Amino acid sequence: MRGDQINLQNIVARSASPAPSPQVRDGAVETVTKLIDVSRCIGCKACQVACSEWNDLRDDVGECVGVYDNPVDLTPNSWEVMRFNEYENEQGNLEWLIRKDNCMHCAEPGCLEACPAPGAIVQYANGIVDFNSEHCIGCGYCVAGCPFDIPRISKKDSKAYKCTLCSDRVFHGLEPACVKSCPTGSIMFGTREDMHELAETRTDYLKSRGYENAGVYDPEGVGGTNVIYVLQHADKPEIYSGLPKDPRISPMVEAWKGVTKPLMSAAIGLAALTGFFHYVAAGPKEVPPEEEEEMRAEEANEGLSRQDLNGQDRNGQGRPSDEEHRP
Amino acid sequence: MTLKITRRQFFKLGAAGMATSSMAMMGFAPEPAVASIRHFKLSGAKITRSNCTYCSVGCGVLLYSRGDEAINTIDNIYHVEGDPDHPVSRGSLCPKGSGLLDYVNSDSRLSHPQVREPGTDEWKQISWDEALDRIARHMKDDRDANFVTQNDAGSTVNHWLTTGFLAASASTNETAYLTQKIVRSLGMLVFDNQARV
Repeated sequence: MRGDQINLQNIVARSASPAPSPQVRDGAVETVTKLIDVSRCIGCKACQVACSEWNDLRDDVGECVGVYDNPVDLTPNSWEVMRFNEYENEQGNLEWLIRKDNCMHCAEPGCLEACPAPGAIVQYANGIVDFNSEHCIGCGYCVAGCPFDIPRISKKDSKAYKCTLCSDRVFHGLEPACVKSCPTGSIMFGTREDMHELAETRTDYLKSRGYENAGVYDPEGVGGTNVIYVLQHADKPEIYSGLPKDPRISPMVEAWKGVTKPLMSAAIGLAALTGFFHYVAAGPKEVPPEEEEEMRAEEANEGLSRQDLNGQDRNGQGRPSDEEHRP
Repeated sequence: MTLKITRRQFFKLGAAGMATSSMAMMGFAPEPAVASIRHFKLSGAKITRSNCTYCSVGCGVLLYSRGDEAINTIDNIYHVEGDPDHPVSRGSLCPKGSGLLDYVNSDSRLSHPQVREPGTDEWKQISWDEALDRIARHMKDDRDANFVTQNDAGSTVNHWLTTGFLAASASTNETAYLTQKIVRSLGMLVFDNQARV
C-alpha cells in the first residue's frame, strides 16, 4: 500500500486545481462527522473556549449588546459561536434554542468551488474541508461561495479563516477540541455511519418526548455535510438563528466555475494553438527593409531631439540626466 | 548592469509572461497534492496529569508542556485539555476548565506568598518559610487564647471558633481525610472548601 493511500488526510479536492486521478484503493479512510445535538446543549460555551485554546486564537474582548451571544458573530479569531434563540412553540411555551454555529464541512463545499487560488482550500478524504492560509489570496470568494456564511477575512493579514474541524487532531486520531470539551455530550464525533445512527436514536427519543418534527439536519443541496445537527424542529431550521432550509451553492459560483471558466480556458488554449499553427504555416511577421530603415531613421531623430532637451535641462536647474537608464 | 532589450522584445516578453501566468491560473499548471497541511502541536509534549481547581467537581486535566527538565531549560505549559481516564469528567471540561491555559500563564497569578500587614494597604512578598511560621504562630496564639473546653451548660465541647480553615476544592480522598483530621483535631469547627466561596 502506498503511503499516501493510507494517509487519513489524503487530499481529494483542491481549490482551482485539476481533479486528482481516481484511485481504486481508498486506504480504508472513513468519513468523519461531528454531530451537534441542539436538544442537549446548555450553552456553556466550553466548546468555544476549547476551540480558541487549541487553535491559539484570542479574540478581542467585545461589548455586551444585551444577548448571550459572545462574540455576536463569527470573526477571524472566533471560528465558532453559540447562537442563542428564544422561540415560542405552538403551545405558547418558551424554548431556548442554542445552536453551535461553525463550518459545516460540506461534501460539495461552495468555498472550495469558488476559490480561485490553487490549494488555498482543500478537502481531505475523511471529509474535512480545510483552509491553507499559505495559499490564500484574500479575495473573499469563499465568503460569497459559502451557503452558511462561515468564512471570515482577517483585517490583519487579509486571509480567510474558519473552523478546521481540528484537522490536525483528527489526523492524529483525536476528536476535535470542541467535541472533547463538551460536558453534556451535545457534540459527538465519529464515523459518518455511527453519527447518523446516534442521531437517529436521539431523534427517536425526542419524538417520544413530544417533539414530532425532530430530525437530522444534513442538507442535500450541498451533498450532505460532515457536521450534522439534531434539531427539535427539523421542519423549520430557520428558527435556529437562520439555519438555511435548503442551502445551495450560489448560482453565480456555479456559472463562473461551471461555464465561464472552462469556456474561457478553452478560448485561451484555442488562441494559443491558432497562434502556433499560424507561426508554423505563415512564419513570423516580417517588416520590409525600407520600412525598417525609415523607422530606424525616425528613432535616431527622436533620440537626437531628446538629447537636446536634456542638454537644456542641465543648463537650467532641471532634473539629472536619465540617459544611463535608457535602453 | 543594464538589460538591453528593444521595445518590441519587451512587449513580446510581457505577452509571453501574461499568457503563461494566465494558463497557470486557469488550472493548466500541475500542482503536487500534499498531505495534511497542519502541524500537530502536541508532538513531543510531556503530559502531566492534574486536577482542575476551579470547583469541587475536580475534573481531571492533562497538562502538556515543552522541555525535558534539563538544567538549562525552563519548561512551560502550552496546552491543557481534559483527561479521558478521569472518572469524574472523562475528558470533558466546562468553559472555565477549557480555558485553564490562560489561567496557568496569567500575569496576575500569585507565584509566591504575600502578606498585608495590619494598617497597610500593600502586599509584601515573603518566603514560604516565613509564611508558614507566621501562620503557625498566629494559629497557636489564637487557639491558646480562645480554645473552649466547656460551654455555658457545662458540657465538654473542646472547640475553637475564632479561626476558620478553607481547603482546596479538588482533593484526593487521602488529602481530604488528612485535612479533615488535622482541622478537627485542633478543635476547629469553621471548615469549608474553596468551591463554595
